[in-house]
Parts: sequence; structure tokens; C-alpha cells
Amino acid sequence: MSAVNAKLKDLLGWVDERFPLTANWKAHLSEYYAPKNFNFWYFFGSLALLVLVLQIVTGIFLVMHFKPDATLNAAGVPVAFASVEYIMRDVPWGWLIRYMHSTGASAFFIVVYMHMFRGMLYGSYRKPRELIWIFGMLIFLCLMAEAFFGYLLPWGQMSYWGAQVIVNLFSAIPFVGPDLSIWIRGDYVVGDATLNRFFAFHVIAVPLVLVGLVAAHILALHEVGSNNPDGVEIKKKKNAQGIPLDGIPFHPYYTVKDIMGVVVFLIVFSLIVFYAPEMGGYFLEYNNFFPANPLQTPPHIAPVWYFTPFYSILRAVTYPLFGIDAKFWGVVAMGASTLIFALLPWLDRSPVKSIRYRGPIYKTFLAAFVVCFFTLGYLGVLPPTPMRTLVSQICSVIYFAFFLLMPFYSKIDKCKPEPDRLTSSGHGAH
Amino acid sequence: MSNDGKVDCSRRRLLVATATIGGLGGVAAAVPFVSSMLPSERAKAAGAPVEVDISKLAPGQMMTVEWRGKPVWIINRTKEQLASLKVTDAKVSDPKSERHQQPDYCKNETRSIKPEILVAVGICTHLGCSPSEKFKTGAESGVDADWPGGFVCPCHGSTFDLAGRVYKNKPAPDNLEVPPHMYLGDARIVIGEDKGGKA
Repeated sequence: MSAVNAKLKDLLGWVDERFPLTANWKAHLSEYYAPKNFNFWYFFGSLALLVLVLQIVTGIFLVMHFKPDATLNAAGVPVAFASVEYIMRDVPWGWLIRYMHSTGASAFFIVVYMHMFRGMLYGSYRKPRELIWIFGMLIFLCLMAEAFFGYLLPWGQMSYWGAQVIVNLFSAIPFVGPDLSIWIRGDYVVGDATLNRFFAFHVIAVPLVLVGLVAAHILALHEVGSNNPDGVEIKKKKNAQGIPLDGIPFHPYYTVKDIMGVVVFLIVFSLIVFYAPEMGGYFLEYNNFFPANPLQTPPHIAPVWYFTPFYSILRAVTYPLFGIDAKFWGVVAMGASTLIFALLPWLDRSPVKSIRYRGPIYKTFLAAFVVCFFTLGYLGVLPPTPMRTLVSQICSVIYFAFFLLMPFYSKIDKCKPEPDRLTSSGHGAH
Repeated sequence: MSNDGKVDCSRRRLLVATATIGGLGGVAAAVPFVSSMLPSERAKAAGAPVEVDISKLAPGQMMTVEWRGKPVWIINRTKEQLASLKVTDAKVSDPKSERHQQPDYCKNETRSIKPEILVAVGICTHLGCSPSEKFKTGAESGVDADWPGGFVCPCHGSTFDLAGRVYKNKPAPDNLEVPPHMYLGDARIVIGEDKGGKA
């Protein structure tokens, strides 16, 4: 046995002289010291990575059968739509792979929204973690692009009209807009050219960028170290060996914790995949079971749930401003509502990071923001009425007020004093 | 290679020059890739005019035909529906069709060649959904009790009257587009061609 071990050690030495395997293992896992008080909210980073892998793997197998072709087959059904039905009905286990991919899309957003909210709760975007947050926001944008491109591929009614609406958003840009939207579509209407290029973006371009950004996100995190629910820097108090007193090695402590998170996540995920893959029309919209018809918009169209808060903000803008159409300002407001998160590191001027030590004003604003986010999301799936438009206008104002007023209220808020060390005894023996 | 910290200006110039040329080359190389995403020659060639027989279109009825991949509506408006345009004059944002959303020969009260027959592209000028017809007057989902009939966009709630004119304070900025069209006799319309508006 020891002979085998010696041989393995030799092999590792051989590799280490040529590639920094052990060095990387130590830097990112066995000697990456994370705060010992990670709680429930800290599951979602590793879960996001899990869902990314899940989407890539299921995606590869779907591409083996999917055909990005908008022409009609002999039965008069678009080839792309028919190939998705073929995957669902004729490809062995195709239904499972497809449902995993479609459920994975929604799961990705649930996990990422939780992950982002964790950052807001504990001030994880604050100095020195601004770049982690920026990379994270770029990941969020890529994720939205990826979801949008992917949603066109089944070539159903919602695919078609959703793409029509989103591509037309670009036509609202003064002067270059109309030509820009033709360039994006590759045709004067959403058609075969659009389907093919969205397929290219969905399976090659965006995933490549996404994986690169995830790597940058994690490298930046491991450079400065993780934040924690107390928002206190553990690197300020180190022992004689230079190891943070409140830090524990990521492996094995957090790998084991995250595996537990993965198990619970996969239980819930499987229940949805097997028993409610459509999730009552929220994960897979019923109108998307009709093939795309360029002549008729379904009586009620709504984006998938994860876009609806931003979609409501788009709809809420109904007044022209500075002589430019409301349409343009709606697009600007929607774009701003997704990008404004990136400014948080500079908008937040509170002396403390974590919600645990923040004062009542911040807590009230954050609560109002969360309520508005959910309200806007809910209104976004409903058809518009004058009353609902008014509510979404009020919620949009509060949404932006949370960010734009933050430099003032975060400064004057009455915070509690931060402790020197973490308040939880945590996992480790340190 | 070291020059005791002094900058060798001729080397620096060579570096700047090569970097500039290289950068220009990179931009030039992007042109074919970016251009390849423009509509192809085949896409540009598609979109021939469409001929439609409207002899069976009774007053109050509407039909939809496809032109350049878009829905084009042909509506035979009743007398009451035409009268409703007077009422909506005050409620729409461009009552006189000042903005260029129709050929000159349709820049009139009814936005049509023949008063009763409206030809319009059934694509909302907001974000390109196809509005639904709501010819029934009175309150319904999305419209108020004094609704005189028209179109409601299912996506963002823009409303249009029976001449395709957009109501004020709605997301859609413009009236529905009236495509170039002309009559071949009484009951045949060609959409997409107008011989300069003389036919």
C-alpha cells in the first residue's frame, strides 16, 4: 500500500513540476480560509455553479437533437418546434433532459437572485469586493441574454413574440435604433435568420463568456477573501501563522456544507422536474406549446417570471420626456433597473456592511425594495390595466429610490457598532 | 535591452505605429463578421406585393393577410365606426396623422383611400406585438366604459382607434403604419405597391 502511495506522490511531484496543481488546490480549497459563520444564504454561490454545469451538460445533449430551422416541415409545423416535440416524445429520455434544461433555467435565476440578495443583506459588494460584485453583475447580464436567446429556440408563440418585443426594444434608441434591430434580427421580421443566430449565441458565444466571467468572479473572491454575515473582515485578526483567527479552510469544511446544500437542492429540483416541470405555466408558458405564428400575438403575452419585474418597469413608463417618446424612456428605465445594482458599492455609504448592524432606515428601504420587486414581478405576468399600471409606477419609483437615495439614507442611518470578531462560534476549532 | 531607463524614441514610435496598424487591421477584420449579420440578399429580395380580394369583406369585418412577414389588416368600417373617429379625434395623440406613418394619399381623417376601407400593418408601434381587435363598444378588460371600438395591444396596453391612431399617454408613440397600397378595380387591393400613389 505504501508503495502505491509513494508512486502516487511521485506522480503528483512530476505534475507539480510542470503544472501548479497542488499550489492551486491549496490556494482555492484546502488553504483558502473562509469565515466560519457562513449561514443558509451562503449555499447559493456553489448552487449557481452546479446549475451552470447542469445547463451546459443538458444543453450539449439537447443540441444533438434540436434543429434551429424556422421553415415549415411537410406537416406545416416549423422544424425547430417539431424537433423539440421530437425530443420530448421520441428521443430516449429526451423529455428528462429537456425538462432538466427548462427547469434549470428557472432554477438558475432563483439561485442567482438569492445569491444577489445575500450580497445586499451583508454588504458583500462593499470595498474591497467591488470587482467581485461587478463581475457578478456581468454574469447576471449574460444570464439574462442566455435565457432570452434560449427562449426563442423552441419557436413557440411566446418564443416568437417575446423575441419580437425584446428586439424591438433596441429600435427605441434614437437615430440608429431601427437599423440596429434589423441587424440583430438579420431580417425585417423575426425569422429563420434570427433563430439561427440566437442558437449560435445561446450555445457558443454567451456560454463561453459566462464561464470566463465565473472564473474571474471566483478569482477576485479568492484574492480578497469572502465576506460573512457579520460583515467583519476576518483578515484583520490573524494567528502567528498568518491564518485568520475566524477562518476555516474551505475544504473540507465548506465543501461538505455545500454538498449538503446540493443534496437538498437536487431533491427540490427533481420534484419539480418530475412532478411540475411547467410549474403552472410559470416555468414553461402554455402559449409556447403553439408553434410561432407571425400573424397573431397571443391575447396575453408575458415574459417568463424571472424577467417580469423589469418588464413591469418597462410598461410603467407612459409619459414622453424631453420630446422623446415614452417608448424610449421605458427601455431606458428597464435597462437602468438591471444595471443599477452595479453601482451599489459606491451608493452605499453606511459605516457598517451587514444588515445585522444597520439602522432602521436601511432596513425599511430594503424591505420596501423587496416588496416592490415581488409586486412588479407579479404585475408583469398580468395583462395591464390602468390600476395595475399605477401600482407598477409607484413600485418603480420606490425601486429606484432604494438605490438613488442610498447615499443619503445609508449615511444618516443609526447603525449599531460592529464587533471586532465574528459573533458565531461557527464550525471550526480555531 | 536596457537603456538605463531612457526611452528609445524610435523604438517607441515603431511600437505605436505597429500597434495602430495592427488595431486598424483588427477593426477591418471585424467588418465582414458584423456585416454578415445584416439581412442577406435573399431576405432583401423577399417581400413582393400581395394581391387581395376584398369582395367578401362585409361592413364591420376585418381580414388579415401576410405581407413581408407582417400581418396586414383590411377593415371594412361601418358608418357608426367611421363616426366614432370624430369622437376619438380629441383622445388620440396624432389626430391629423402629421407623423409619417402613412403614404400621403392616406393622410386624411380616415387614414385610407376609400373612407370605409382601412389598410394597416397590424404591428404595434411600441414593441411590435400585434394588437387584438376590440370592435365591441363599452368596457372590457383593458378599456374603459366609453370605448368606441378599436384595437388593444395585449403586450403593453396601447390602444388604437378604428383608423389605427394611437391614444394619448400610451406606450406606443405612433399611429399604426399604413402600407403603400392601391386598388385594382373595386374589390382588389395590392399591398406593397402604389405606383407613386396615382392608382
